[in-house]
Amino acid sequence: MGRFVGPGLAVTYLSLLVVLPLAALATKAFSNGFSTFWQAVSQPEAVAALKLTLLASLAVAAFNALAGLVIAWVLVRDEFPGKQVVNAVIDLPFALPTVVAGLTLLTLYGPNSPFHLNVADSRVGILFALAFVTLPFSVRSVQPVLAELDRETEEAASSLGASSSGVLWRIILPSLAPAMLAGAGLAFARAVGEFGSVVLISGNLPFKTEVASSWIYSLSQSDQLTQAAAISVVLVSVALLVLLGIGVLRRHFDISEAV
Amino acid sequence: MPSQYQRPSIMRWFRHRTAIRLGAVAMLASMVSLVVAAAFPAAADAAPSGSVSLVAYSTPKPAYAALIKAFNATAAGKSVTFSQSFGASGSQATSVVDGLPADVVNFSLSPDMQKLVKAGIVSSKWNSGPTQGMVTNSIVSFVVRKGNPKHITDWGSLVKSGVKIITPNPFSSGSAKWNLMAAYGAQLAMGRSKAQATAYLTQLLKHTAAQPSSASNALQTFLSGEGDVLIDYEDDALYAKSKGEPITIITPPQTILIQNPIAVTTHSANPTAAKAFVAYLLSPAGQKVWGKQGYRPVLPSVAAGFKFPKPKKLFTIASLGGWTKVNTIFFTPSTGVVAKIEQGLGVSTASS
Amino acid sequence: MTSRWRWPLRILALGYLTFLVVLPVGSIFFRAFQHGFATAWSAVTTPDALHALWLTFIVVLIAVPLDTAFGVGVALILSRHRFPGAWLLDAFVDLPLAVSPVVVGIALILVYGKTGWFGNWLAARGIQVIFSVPGIIMASATVALPYVVREVLPVLQEIGTDQEQAATTLGAKPLAIFRRITLPSIKRSLAYGVTLTTARVLGEFGGVVVVSGAIAGKTETLTLFISDSFDNLNIVGAYAGAVILALIALLVLAIFARDTTKEGRKHRWRSPSDPSPSDSATLLLSTTSASISPMAH
Repeated sequence: MGRFVGPGLAVTYLSLLVVLPLAALATKAFSNGFSTFWQAVSQPEAVAALKLTLLASLAVAAFNALAGLVIAWVLVRDEFPGKQVVNAVIDLPFALPTVVAGLTLLTLYGPNSPFHLNVADSRVGILFALAFVTLPFSVRSVQPVLAELDRETEEAASSLGASSSGVLWRIILPSLAPAMLAGAGLAFARAVGEFGSVVLISGNLPFKTEVASSWIYSLSQSDQLTQAAAISVVLVSVALLVLLGIGVLRRHFDISEAV
Repeated sequence: MPSQYQRPSIMRWFRHRTAIRLGAVAMLASMVSLVVAAAFPAAADAAPSGSVSLVAYSTPKPAYAALIKAFNATAAGKSVTFSQSFGASGSQATSVVDGLPADVVNFSLSPDMQKLVKAGIVSSKWNSGPTQGMVTNSIVSFVVRKGNPKHITDWGSLVKSGVKIITPNPFSSGSAKWNLMAAYGAQLAMGRSKAQATAYLTQLLKHTAAQPSSASNALQTFLSGEGDVLIDYEDDALYAKSKGEPITIITPPQTILIQNPIAVTTHSANPTAAKAFVAYLLSPAGQKVWGKQGYRPVLPSVAAGFKFPKPKKLFTIASLGGWTKVNTIFFTPSTGVVAKIEQGLGVSTASS
Repeated sequence: MTSRWRWPLRILALGYLTFLVVLPVGSIFFRAFQHGFATAWSAVTTPDALHALWLTFIVVLIAVPLDTAFGVGVALILSRHRFPGAWLLDAFVDLPLAVSPVVVGIALILVYGKTGWFGNWLAARGIQVIFSVPGIIMASATVALPYVVREVLPVLQEIGTDQEQAATTLGAKPLAIFRRITLPSIKRSLAYGVTLTTARVLGEFGGVVVVSGAIAGKTETLTLFISDSFDNLNIVGAYAGAVILALIALLVLAIFARDTTKEGRKHRWRSPSDPSPSDSATLLLSTTSASISPMAH
């Protein structure tokens, strides 16, 4: 059955790396029964951390979706000296270990900031760190789609009298919407799990600036692995729901696109 | 014109068969190489005889560089090689339980050693030796900006208005636990009641501007300009000073004696060499090297030869009930004393 | 592009990038070379540093092709075929992102560690996954899993299957179609997917910290080396290591995604009435020496 080899291998790969470990995590989370799970999840620190994490991640994903669009636009449809350099720089937040990112942001935008811009130990600092690490997603999701966009339709529309904002809203954005949503989904999911770069600039104060992954780490270091797994499961589930929702939205755009 | 997306039929599936096959072959090849890599000997096993795996907490890495060099210069250690792993004390302990190969383990505090005892990796008699299983001492100190601009001198000055404290998160950092118990114990040593000592902890945490996840993160945060005073191990502070960082170290008048445990594992692959190394670390020669690195020797005879600051009142964790009890009462997440304090502070300041 | 918007957009985009990315990355370079090139060089040529660099290369060389092959395969499957559970596959592919790297490491240990699900099975065969190189590769491959899929899939969906269908009905073989039509059309997004994947693997820290055991000279990747250097106040070493990571990422970008800001296919401007097979489809059709009828687009 040759045609099952490919999908079979893909599924095996996915299982070994993702499905099994997550299943083990979920098993661990419920290994002491549902009451322990619920207790872990409803603790004040957990609730505060989860709330902060989810809200901050949503905000950053949305904001970077817009920023990513603008940046991708400028990179694809504009020409200026040094464009290649700018293009190259965008992936860097990704290639740098989170501890470097965190420390750099702290140095530049903390108490010793050369610009006298101090966002350390605040929730704004969290937004900075998250924006930094998720920017590549927002840009690189839209960029290739934008580059592949068939200009024909836009040009046809404008030659038929559509205004440039009409072209933008009715033709370009709907084509980009699936990619933007994909990028926002990636950004959200990454932001939700981000740890290293956030803790340094945020101050990591419980109930104020402690994110969920930091609380999970604390639990795992306090011999409360079951509780750590429990909160991880919640975090992953929420991210999964958001991703599924985005998937639904993307398919909606796809189908209406194909008219 | 935007392309049409059509519902594919079974026929189209076959069309991609070959492409998928190619991809499958590529993946298979990569997976094979992965398995082959896995079949290589494990990172630190089956090494030439005379290799010792050292797993320790993060701070003593530079110290061990000096110690291993000195050990290799002795007759016993001439042909011993080392593989070294350093990291957060609790994480290292967990890793060893999870299978990280280790012959000699050295942690920041004894509960981490207890994890290994529980897992049967270290004998329950590890602390029955003359130094109760400890290899180095230190104390909890204050690190302030050079010149001490905020005039920090004692625990009371930490909670003066406008003073911002940096101390690691006690749920992820052993150093933070030492710090908080030093603060608590200092209050008791000053004659205050337990309730007053707990109230002091509340003040301390209220003044805490940041709780990084580890001691080294805390040091980095402090050196980046955050906060007025960092609570830290004395040996860590001394190391930073030796690297030229612009800091001043203040010894609190009352503080806790930090005791770092060491042991040879029961299933050590090379017990002879491992035991020889630990013996060296506990010998006068080894203790002298520790001392030069900023750690207070556990051997009184060697300690006498160093001029470490003498706090007026130095107490141990034993006087506070021992780590097992203290861990449960103070540091259980969400129900311990510290957690309750933070909940109280959080609820009142977590608006918006 | 409307000239009215050109400068405002440029300023917005470049301003944001400068502030958020260029300045931080620039400061890394600055701090690395602050005390001179020689100091930085000697900091990253110690035996431990060199081993870390070598290990990082190995991890990238194995994890990235694995994730890329997987990514293209899954993107093809998801974009071309409807089947029950497609939404689940879609979601699972993204999951590694949502899991904090530290948790990824913990989860891997729960399965492949000494006390994990496969612990005894692996130990009986003398296979050491956790605290050894395979574990590092797995953790890195896991956290970087989604990127190729996510880059390639939207483009595959945007482009649709017209040309492939056209070529098929004219008798082209599947492999040729893949090579000549599908692959060129996803070239750009695949390039970005590969660079993102590589960058992510390079920068992976949290998961690797947990599964590697941080054995200096044996299981330390460059990111661990950097973190260690920070811990030991070897600031130059840390930043110099970060510079190397950044340079590798830039190199990968230069190799794979060179010139990818140029727009679209060669036929990007056509009047609506022109027949318009793409160049690659034309080539393909001509080699099968079938008669060509212009495909109205």
